[in-house]
Amino acid sequence: MSDFIRHMPQRGSLRAREQLVRIHLDPFLLAMLLVVMVYGLVVLYSALDRNAGVFNAQVVRLALALVVLLIAAQVQPRTYLRWAPVAYVVGLGLLVAVLIFGVTVNGSKRWIDIPGLMRFQPSELMKIAVPMMVAWYLHERVLPPSFRDLLVSLAIIALPVALIVIQPDLGTGILILAAGLAVILLGGIRWRLIAYAGIAIAVAAPGLWYTLQDYQRQRIVTSFDPESDPLGAGWNIIQSTTAIGSGGLFGKGLFQGTQSHLDFLPEAQTDFVFAVIGEELGFVGVVALLVLYLVILMRGLWVASKAPNTFGRLLAGALTLVFFVYVFVNIAMVAGLLPVVGVPLPLVSYGGTSAITLLAGFGIIMSIRTHRTW
Amino acid sequence: MRIPARNQVKRWRHYTVVILFAGTCVALSARVIYLGSTERDFLQEQGDARSVRVEKIPSHRGVVYDRHGEPLAVSTPVVAVWTDPRRDALSDSQLGQVANAVGANAGELRAVLDAKHDRSFAYLKRQVSWAESERLRALDIEGVHFINEYRRYYPGAETVAHVVGVTDVDDIGLEGIELAYDHVLKGSAGEKVVLRDRKGNNIRDLDYRSAPRFGSDIALSIDLRLQYLAYRELKAAIEGHEASSGSIVMLDVNTGEILALANQPSYNPNDVLDSARMRNRAVTDSYEPGSTVKPFTVLAALESGRFASDTLIDTGPGYFNVGPKLIQDPVNRGIISLAEALKKSSQVGFARIALNLEKQAVFGVFARAGFGDFVGAGLPGETPGTLRDEGLSRPLERVTLAYGYGLSVTPLQLARAYLTIATGGIRLPVSIVRQNRVPDGERMFDAHLVIEVREMLEGVTAPDGTAPGARVDGYRVGGKTGTARKVGAGGYSDERHVALFAGIAPIDDPRVVMVVIINEPQRSLISGGAVAAPVFSRVAGRALRLLGVPPSWSEAV
Repeated sequence: MSDFIRHMPQRGSLRAREQLVRIHLDPFLLAMLLVVMVYGLVVLYSALDRNAGVFNAQVVRLALALVVLLIAAQVQPRTYLRWAPVAYVVGLGLLVAVLIFGVTVNGSKRWIDIPGLMRFQPSELMKIAVPMMVAWYLHERVLPPSFRDLLVSLAIIALPVALIVIQPDLGTGILILAAGLAVILLGGIRWRLIAYAGIAIAVAAPGLWYTLQDYQRQRIVTSFDPESDPLGAGWNIIQSTTAIGSGGLFGKGLFQGTQSHLDFLPEAQTDFVFAVIGEELGFVGVVALLVLYLVILMRGLWVASKAPNTFGRLLAGALTLVFFVYVFVNIAMVAGLLPVVGVPLPLVSYGGTSAITLLAGFGIIMSIRTHRTW
Repeated sequence: MRIPARNQVKRWRHYTVVILFAGTCVALSARVIYLGSTERDFLQEQGDARSVRVEKIPSHRGVVYDRHGEPLAVSTPVVAVWTDPRRDALSDSQLGQVANAVGANAGELRAVLDAKHDRSFAYLKRQVSWAESERLRALDIEGVHFINEYRRYYPGAETVAHVVGVTDVDDIGLEGIELAYDHVLKGSAGEKVVLRDRKGNNIRDLDYRSAPRFGSDIALSIDLRLQYLAYRELKAAIEGHEASSGSIVMLDVNTGEILALANQPSYNPNDVLDSARMRNRAVTDSYEPGSTVKPFTVLAALESGRFASDTLIDTGPGYFNVGPKLIQDPVNRGIISLAEALKKSSQVGFARIALNLEKQAVFGVFARAGFGDFVGAGLPGETPGTLRDEGLSRPLERVTLAYGYGLSVTPLQLARAYLTIATGGIRLPVSIVRQNRVPDGERMFDAHLVIEVREMLEGVTAPDGTAPGARVDGYRVGGKTGTARKVGAGGYSDERHVALFAGIAPIDDPRVVMVVIINEPQRSLISGGAVAAPVFSRVAGRALRLLGVPPSWSEAV
């Protein structure tokens, strides 16, 4: 009897882990994701000014996203491989449909409205479909890819990115571009080519400037000199850097942030929630979050490195990197290092779409990790 | 599925990627540290500058009371409604709601906001009553803010307006006591530090820097009952005689306090102000006093020792040339006593007296009576009048001075001069603030001589004097009339007059001194005896009874 009691916990936890793996979940990755989500909910509760109704809605969304993760993890990697071109083509079709039938909200056409049912952004689907498609294209070819394969891969990426940028939705465009490029990077590319690409971008940048919309140019100018328009375009950046800077080492404490609670900080619950962390939880809170993200990134890359085949390796790595691009672009934007683009802080910002896409991505990573048969 | 064996991603690539992104994390942390340390003070200041404001806690002014504690000026809490035109764009319908709630014109509000579109503060309406402001608050219009302030309310309205004065919209004294005693009445606002959100709403108080110090109260010497009486009678007289203006001043003989001071025209300080009506004529306007100064000429005569009250003066044949000027009485009064000359106000008699006295004698008595000198009662805008000793070597100058021309006095000055007669020769400081003890006076005239003049003044109100209309049932009163022609474009006018009466009641045991001035009466009656003396009679009669002064006789005369 005493032996039984002593062994219970260990056997119980072992069994729990085994059971999670049996339903194709990665316990460590899942635990880390849950920690970030709980951390995010705490911050969000403060950023929402203790608004229980909105808060509960977010809890429901995250639960829904976890269900999506669970389902995505059950699907076999080879099913993803088989359906990758279909998903990509359907996604492209929907993007074209957006251009024609899309609903315009806040000056950009990003949504498809199915009356009485739902409204969704096809570009979200492409965040997964594009890296999947590039991985599908490269997985049976010689790596590092030939120049021709490289061009084809770039075309696969460029087509949806172009369709998204003209919506216009620069943030999502950047994320999808990053996702596709991440696959190419992981697939192997000569450093010399990267250097050429860098030079080409540097040369093309001035020309690119003229292709930007006015509001995009404005954002770039104000991100480097927010005081040039303190009450207009520079307002967000000034308020968010002020919030972060005034937090200090340990922050002002939850619910104590003046910037976020007195309405100075716009979008405090969504894209700028990182500033709330900086103000209320200080440097310690910021570093804690960054460490969590980094741990998730490393776990994802570890899964990629252990994947039994190229497609799994490329897809898992790319999805992980997209996650990190989210983190980087969002924080850099809020901290005043990058122009303002609409990229949420993963698993923390209020809103369901990005959480569902991200967790679907992690579901795929877990599928790659836990399925042994291909 | 077959996996091509060659397609192995090199391991270093993974490390590179991990290191790259770990480096990114470090860079982001570094940015946060940079914002949090290097620029911390600046950004924290910026954070505070956005949300922390020092706000004034309004303090109210002291209450102005009359001598019996009746409130004459009180502060009531009101609300100023403001907006920030740069931040809060109020729609026309919102402005309409505001205008409706506070009783303003929406179009005018829009014009104000347009004019101040680049400001961050604009009043929509000030001094809104609590009831109205509550109605507006209930609408909960975003961008409409409120500040507590105070507004003065004057229960005495027109009656005592010139004494109490008014404050401006910022609660600073403009006129009267409100101006003269602003430093006493006004408090000092306190300060508190508040946390404000972006819309300008106060979230909470962080710190109290200083408590507001409320202003001190002031009790005036005014007796509101007498003031009302004086005001009412003066107004009736001005209307009855179609006069252009007038003043009444009543002094307490025991203390030198101003018991009543009223002017016409007056104004309602609770309403829109009309500056022309705001003049406190009793201290700001000076008039030629005419015959009302003759008692002081008599005093000079008595002081010289050359005259007594029964000294006979020949006023025949009723006219008399001094230099180029013809001085005349209405009728030839023949040989009369000094007392008779005062009683009948004989110009010829006073010309004779003036020429008989030392050159400086009359001037000296006038100066001691306080003519040409500030009264200093504490009412703002006072003029000293004029009294000059130049030209006294010329007989005509001495003669005209003796019967009240060539100098100018304010009603309050004239009242103070009569006060020295009422007190038996002592000049008391005249005050508008209630005195808690009898102030120290200064003897100006010999008591016996003054009492002699007082007895002569009673004769003026006798049936055969110039002012029988000044008599008061049950009391012995005395005084002197004056009817001065006004200086017009071509010298003295026969059309425009000032009717005066200065009196003491009761004359045997003086309690009050009163001066009545009716400026430019337009109807048939123009003399001081006919126009001003009856006002004195009505006001003094009621005043003595209100003050509980025992009647001089047991039965009415």
